[in-house]
Amino acid sequence: MKIILLLIFISLIVALGFLGAFFWAVRSGQYEDEYTPSIRILLDDEPSSQNDNPATSKK
Amino acid sequence: MSLKEPLHVPCYHCGEPCEGSNIALEDKIFCCEGCKMVYEILNENDLCRYYQLDDQAGISLKGRRQEHYAYLDDKEIREQLIDYSNGEHTRVRFHLPQIHCASCIWLLENLYRLNDGITQSKVHFTKKEIQLSYLESQTSVRKIVELLASIGYAPAINLGDADRPKEKAVSRRLYFQLGVAGFAFGNIMLLSFPEYLGLSSEEDQFFQHIFGYGNILLAIPVVFYSGWDYLRSAALSLRHGHFNMDVPISLGIITLFVRSVFDILTTGGAGYLDSLAGLVFFLLIGKWFQQKTFYHLAFDRDYRSYFPIAALLKDGAGERSVPVQKLDPGQTIIVKNGELVPADGLLVKGGAQIDYSFVTGEAEPVHIPIGEKLYAGGRQVGERIEVTLTKKVSQSYLTQLWNDEAFQKDEDSTTQRLADKVGRYFTFIILLVSFATLAYWLPRDLSIAINAFTAVLIVACPCAVALAVPFTFGNSIRILAHNQFFLKNIHVLEGLRNIQSIVFDKTGTLTGVRHTEGQYVGEALHALEKQMVQSLVRQSAHPASQQLDQWLGNTGGPLEISQFEEIAGQGVQGVADGRQIQVGSRTFTGAPPTAGEGVFIRIDGDIKGRFEMGSRYRLGLEEVVQSLKTRYRLFLLSGDNDRERAHLEPIFGGKDALLFQQSPGEKLQFVKKLQADGKKVCMIGDGLNDAGALRQSDTGIVLTENTNNFTPASDAILHAGQFHRLPLLLDFARKNIHLVYAAYSFAVAYNIIGLSFAVQGTLSPVVAAILMPASSITIVLFGVLSSNLLARKMQLHIWGDKNQSIV
Repeated sequence: MKIILLLIFISLIVALGFLGAFFWAVRSGQYEDEYTPSIRILLDDEPSSQNDNPATSKK
Repeated sequence: MSLKEPLHVPCYHCGEPCEGSNIALEDKIFCCEGCKMVYEILNENDLCRYYQLDDQAGISLKGRRQEHYAYLDDKEIREQLIDYSNGEHTRVRFHLPQIHCASCIWLLENLYRLNDGITQSKVHFTKKEIQLSYLESQTSVRKIVELLASIGYAPAINLGDADRPKEKAVSRRLYFQLGVAGFAFGNIMLLSFPEYLGLSSEEDQFFQHIFGYGNILLAIPVVFYSGWDYLRSAALSLRHGHFNMDVPISLGIITLFVRSVFDILTTGGAGYLDSLAGLVFFLLIGKWFQQKTFYHLAFDRDYRSYFPIAALLKDGAGERSVPVQKLDPGQTIIVKNGELVPADGLLVKGGAQIDYSFVTGEAEPVHIPIGEKLYAGGRQVGERIEVTLTKKVSQSYLTQLWNDEAFQKDEDSTTQRLADKVGRYFTFIILLVSFATLAYWLPRDLSIAINAFTAVLIVACPCAVALAVPFTFGNSIRILAHNQFFLKNIHVLEGLRNIQSIVFDKTGTLTGVRHTEGQYVGEALHALEKQMVQSLVRQSAHPASQQLDQWLGNTGGPLEISQFEEIAGQGVQGVADGRQIQVGSRTFTGAPPTAGEGVFIRIDGDIKGRFEMGSRYRLGLEEVVQSLKTRYRLFLLSGDNDRERAHLEPIFGGKDALLFQQSPGEKLQFVKKLQADGKKVCMIGDGLNDAGALRQSDTGIVLTENTNNFTPASDAILHAGQFHRLPLLLDFARKNIHLVYAAYSFAVAYNIIGLSFAVQGTLSPVVAAILMPASSITIVLFGVLSSNLLARKMQLHIWGDKNQSIV
């Protein structure tokens, strides 16, 4: 049964990882603009028929 | 050229109809040269995907006046705009009111393809803002702004930008606090499993012990980071000698923590840490829910958001740009067509035709003779003028309004909030019950006495009570936003229920600026003549021309106008279809003095007639006033003369309710006087001249046709199209309080159940862990569902895209 301690410990580490990910997301400004990224994700690809050498993003 | 059959050809760039236009490139037709030029720029740079991404791409450049950005070369002005610069890499933000579709985002984020110096550009769609990084060695602010203007996205640069905080620190604290509390809440529940399952073998006891220590570790950041604001606010309010809602909350948090830590360390009990983490977590969610930001609106603008950042100073023989704050009385500045007079002054040169619509709401420009006074905030329409200043920018007739004490006071401190009032009684009752419990048990059993005493403090913690207001009001301001009535925060909603008097501004508030309708008097114009007149006035940006254009409606395509000439303050003339047309003032067209007032139309030397510009009252004005009159005392203040008194008096009833020729300062004083009589006043206005009264009033509501337009600082913004629903919206706001009362009674019922356990000393951690989240969730659900239900019953819109609906 003592193994449960190890499991709890691992689950805490995993949860801390998610907390860290959440912190990173907040810090990088993802909660400041909740609308633009939803459009931006649809824009990145240049249609190949229109443009033969798609410009590479500088970002 | 003869009357053409109207063809519906949209401009390839902006999509506006351009029948009869002969501006074309390959197979593409454009409505004007400006649009064609934008297309050429985009085409050259392989950016034509712009047109495929969104049907509404392209911004019309028709009637756009040429801005001059030379002032951006001035170091002092430039530095006011820039967010950050290390000499080489520079970051700058601009407000682009034209942003409206996916194509805008795409084009603006591909700006680096048009200017090599730009390293990155990022659009914030809802704020209509672009953030740019560029290399100083390769480009400049001026070049970037000119580039943006050339493709139709001229940035709105004003004095407010100069004063704004650089790279404002966004509050991310609440998110972090919420994250920590949520993390701890989940894990403490996990570690409390032995207790929940009632395991009691020796091995389970061992786990419970270990887990107890773990729980303490997890709870420490919950109390000292996530819950810190509550503790601090409670300490602050105690120091000031009044109880707010945070006092009983903090009492609960502290008791929960101390009692649990004590239990775990001494007796090996489970403690109430899961309840503690849950409590803080729910409270923070409530706090997050009530903070709804309407990015596309600004509730805190003053004249600076409207005034230019720079003025052209006449300096000896030359001219140079200076920041407007630096302007001094005695200096002479140059104001060009479409520019704003930044400070009071005397006209020394040129024909001044000043549009005071932002100041007074009056749509018609005023002619000012040389030597007369010009007031800050007016916009020159016509030729360039020279003005010798008599005041500093901040001391002018209009702007000095902001020096009034009404603008100094902190608004929030003056309102007594419901939650704080409830909090005071709550604290009192809890203390009473807890000490009564203590007094009852002390002579009988010390350990039960302590146990019961702390249990009362724990269970009575007003989590549910504290959530009732954020969720009910928070949801209601979202509902009101769907109905285009935007409140600054939930406290405004609370304040609306106390309103006893409503003060209206007239011009621009009760009358629509854009919907002013006209009337044509004289010989009827036949179709071709109408077409000619419209073609002529379309060349001019003067409000009268635009109104006439609108009034004429669709007359077919524009005809070619030759020998076009616009004489500032007088009118326009040109030749169409071989006939000479003049549209303008009486002296301009040579009409007899007996002909009346208005815009005269003269074709081939004959006065055809005149166009009277009328001001029309908003739809449903009478019904709105009648309906509001039953509940509120109504007043009307107008900066205008009293020619409309006869029309308005029967509607408002009573002579003393209407006041005319009120200066901005007098409006403010009027509101103050009502408040001195103990009245709660709601001011409904629109222009800068109402700014003082709006600020002084208990609730200031701004009416606007378009939220991109300037709106003075206020508590709420109502879309002008919803004016006829104002009584309904106010009614909804008022009825919300009953929902909060109902939520309170739920909370009290839960508390009585919890207290009945607590006073007997039998509150187990499991009961607390079930009772507290259950009561919180009930309140949350009740708050949201009941306000939705009320809205549905009152036939308000509950869903809709709040960001797009008002654009």
